Amino acid sequence: MSSEAKKVLTQPIIDNNPIALQVLGICSALAVTSSMANALVMTLAVVLVTAFSNLFISIIRNHIPSSVRIIVQMAIIASLVIVVDQVLKAFSYQLSKELSVFVGLIITNCIVMGRAEAFAMKEKPGVSFWDGIGNGLGYGFILITVAFFRELLGFGTLFGYEILPLIQNDGWYQANGLLVLPFSSFFIIGFIIWAIRQYKPEQVEKD
Amino acid sequence: MSSNKETFGKTVGFVFIVCLVCAALVSVSAIQLKPLQIENKLLDQQTKILEASDLLSTTDGSSKAIKATFAKFVEAKMIDLDSGEYIEGNPELFDERRNARDASKSDKPKDDIAGINRRSHDAVIYLVRNEAGKVETVVLPIVGSGLWDLMYGYVGLEADLNTVRSVVYSDHKETPGLGAEVMNPKWKALWPGKKIYNSAGEVKANLVKGGAKAGDMHGVDALSGATLTSNGVTRTLQFWFGEEGYATFIAKLRAGGVN
Repeated sequence: MSSEAKKVLTQPIIDNNPIALQVLGICSALAVTSSMANALVMTLAVVLVTAFSNLFISIIRNHIPSSVRIIVQMAIIASLVIVVDQVLKAFSYQLSKELSVFVGLIITNCIVMGRAEAFAMKEKPGVSFWDGIGNGLGYGFILITVAFFRELLGFGTLFGYEILPLIQNDGWYQANGLLVLPFSSFFIIGFIIWAIRQYKPEQVEKD
Repeated sequence: MSSNKETFGKTVGFVFIVCLVCAALVSVSAIQLKPLQIENKLLDQQTKILEASDLLSTTDGSSKAIKATFAKFVEAKMIDLDSGEYIEGNPELFDERRNARDASKSDKPKDDIAGINRRSHDAVIYLVRNEAGKVETVVLPIVGSGLWDLMYGYVGLEADLNTVRSVVYSDHKETPGLGAEVMNPKWKALWPGKKIYNSAGEVKANLVKGGAKAGDMHGVDALSGATLTSNGVTRTLQFWFGEEGYATFIAKLRAGGVN
């Protein structure tokens, strides 16, 4: 792997995180983070869609007429999303029952579109592919971190395995009802952004 | 962006080719994966029915064991809800959700307490036998509004057609941690042994806010923090075991003997 590919692969995880720095894709980060399993599958789906949409768009970037480029990008992204949804339905029916709506919404996830327009339209296919994977992983890093806190403190479980026994199951832990609800992700994402900016002060916006 | 000069014809041609390729990709994947998807859906349904008849624990949970157990003990039958009679038809092709959208195959309930809007004329019920071939459980599908959307599930009745063996929800969109506790095994464990009807034949099964009293034959603890889901479950049961639900079928089955 060339150093450039490595750079575009690792940079979006902390240095240029799509959620924490570019503040894209927040809506789905609220919706699918109530459990680790959901977050993990959603991450995989977004990684695949971003990587392949970047790849295909980059391959044909010199032929896309600029007057219809957004439509062409959408057509490619939407097709990939449908394929991912179909694969999920075929191989992981239980998860797809919960995630199907949100997988469909990957089409409107700003990260996919943003990377296609900002990166894949200018760069070569190989490096665009890695950029897509990198940004998907950056998105997934936040998703899984949020899901970790929400599932552990909201349900007392991780990947469905009981870690903190709940009172209603004769344990001692009173589940935090706030973290069960989607908007609690706002607080956790806020804390993550704060933590990243403490560690990398150059990300703080000048006013 | 494009290095070549753009013309109208070229743009249209390009868009056409992109659409064609995308359409091909989508159709191929949809058709190739269809058999797997149908199988998954069927397996999910069979798992829930076995769970409702208390047979799931006898399998090792593998898809093969579930299919084999289902095929051995479970018989699916179509019924007409109004007459309560068995009718001809292939239960495997029956789709309650599609029928409920079809004006010729469903109608508006007179008293729509479960909030289902339209009720299919027909239903599929499942007779679950034991090793000796005697019916041990009758599994009846139910549907009704929860807080956010329709909740689909199954009720397993013992052979007296009154004692509950289980209430199993298969598909719902209730709030995680609150209404979604209908899936909690602790809550499901409250159901076995409860009676649907009282001695006068009225539907009495319900969810009791604040907790059912000890010795309550019909009541089960409501879900805490989920009053609307709990009310939905109560009304769903009252609808489906009432006149517009399975009451006629149950009466006929009782009169004729369950076999």
